[in-house]
Amino acid sequence: MEMVQPTTWADALAAKAADPELLPIAGGTDVMVEMNFDRRRPTGLLDLTRVDELRIWSVDSGTVALGAGVTYAEVIADLGQLLPGLAMASRTVGSPQIRNRGTVGGNLGSASPAGDAHPPLLASRAVVEVASVRGSRRIPVHEFFTGVKRSALEPDELIRAVHVPAATGPEQFSKIGTRNAMVIAVTSFALALDPSERRVGTGVGSAAPTPRRALEAEEYLADALETAGCWESREHPATSVVRRFGELVAEAASPIDDVRGTADYRRHALAVMARRTLTWAWDELRDDDQEVAG
Amino acid sequence: MRMSCRVNGETRTADDVWPGESLLYVLRERLGLPGAKNACEQGECGSCTVYLDGVPVCSCLVAAGQAEGREVVTVEGLAEGERLDPVQEAFVTAGAVQCGFCTPGLVVAAHDLLQRDPDPTDADIREALAGNLCRCTGYEKILDAVRLAADLSGRATARADTGPDNSTGSA
Ligand SMILES: Cc1cc2nc3c(=O)[nH]c(=O)nc-3n(C[C@H](O)[C@H](O)[C@H](O)COP(=O)(O)OP(=O)(O)OC[C@H]3O[C@@H](n4cnc5c(N)ncnc54)[C@H](O)[C@@H]3O)c2cc1C
Ligand code: FES
Ligand code: FES
Repeated sequence: MEMVQPTTWADALAAKAADPELLPIAGGTDVMVEMNFDRRRPTGLLDLTRVDELRIWSVDSGTVALGAGVTYAEVIADLGQLLPGLAMASRTVGSPQIRNRGTVGGNLGSASPAGDAHPPLLASRAVVEVASVRGSRRIPVHEFFTGVKRSALEPDELIRAVHVPAATGPEQFSKIGTRNAMVIAVTSFALALDPSERRVGTGVGSAAPTPRRALEAEEYLADALETAGCWESREHPATSVVRRFGELVAEAASPIDDVRGTADYRRHALAVMARRTLTWAWDELRDDDQEVAG
Repeated sequence: MRMSCRVNGETRTADDVWPGESLLYVLRERLGLPGAKNACEQGECGSCTVYLDGVPVCSCLVAAGQAEGREVVTVEGLAEGERLDPVQEAFVTAGAVQCGFCTPGLVVAAHDLLQRDPDPTDADIREALAGNLCRCTGYEKILDAVRLAADLSGRATARADTGPDNSTGSA
């Protein structure tokens, strides 16, 4: 087995084109587990940790370009203001040691239905930038996941960055697990409110073959908030609206029974998380207004 | 493959390294540094925690080649000669060591916490040690040890600040 260690993005793409079988490795927190347990024996590894272009983030006209190699620890330290939903989700990943190594690009690469970065990226309508020597393309994150641990990535492509619109309003993330650290989500939910565009974004994790948006729930809530004039008045949406939103989020899932939980429990938990995150987010919206006013 | 990196301040080289083996394996089996322990090999237990370029990581999840040319500090690198680091001293004093298997990882994780935050709250300590499992102590003595280490390090810093009686300190 060989290890190819490019130091530039161009060299990384060339190496992947020359041998599409090379398995990219970033933080290694998924890849090394598979290697240590003999579940995977790639012909070679493509170490991306020396490609500086992947390790940085920047902001351009309200969108954060987050390099694929940025770690959870860096998201938490640097991006709590711009990407509060992703930062919140990052805080729940594994342990300090895992967050110091694990990357958002690696989470996308694994494309697990339980990946914690995915719900907030869906709620923020993020776009994944992938590239090969043939050129680059941008894939809306909800089209990136194509099946259980499958993505739209072609064999010669690498993930360069994920472009995430900076928050324009409150964002929330909620995850169910058996303890506070080191848990794969039983199920998870992310919510983003965009008061300027009067839009609602959602992301559902661990409750379908892929992470997915709850589209009907998004549309229902945006309409209900509009009709009731909540965006202007900042009044809390009616209890019936909050409840219906929860039901629609639960209906968007197609969960299974597995060792971590039953399908019924997941649906129930999603409705609860949807209601709670909406209430938290609306409280936050009102608090922000008060801060501006005061 | 031949691999070199700095370990505890010295340049070390290992031959015949398989690129897919872990940094933990290199440290223990090729460089004779058995401090970091191998318990789960899947990032769950933290007993293999070492510093990589100043950041605590699970060495079982770092591919050997990824550490090429990097700076590694293991639990063996924390003491200065015979003088234990305050964190190590505190683990002994507080009775935080039973079988000792988890200790090296916990010592590195606690050492990192106190470097970043010399006066952590209990919540901070629990958060910082969330990636380290111990099956013997029930954690209470470990929390005591970290609180004690914070006190000891605080005193050491105070001594260093005032200068004169810092007889064992190095520049
Ligand atoms: C103890 C433990 C706890 C964990 N807890 C959580 C958790 O709470 N939540 C969670 O979501 N995950 C968790 N994980 C899983 C893992 O940490 C995450 O999926 C992480 O984001 C993977 O990132 P990485 O950089 O380590 O990826 P790697 O392991 O290096 O790679 C993962 C996959 O992505 C591919 N890849 C990486 N970078 C690129 C790129 N630029 N282009 C194309 N493909 C690429 C790799 O080929 C591989 O298939 C945990 C893992 C462990 C070991
Ligand atoms: S051996 Fe590395 S975390 Fe358990
Ligand atoms: S002292 Fe035995 S595992 Fe912690």
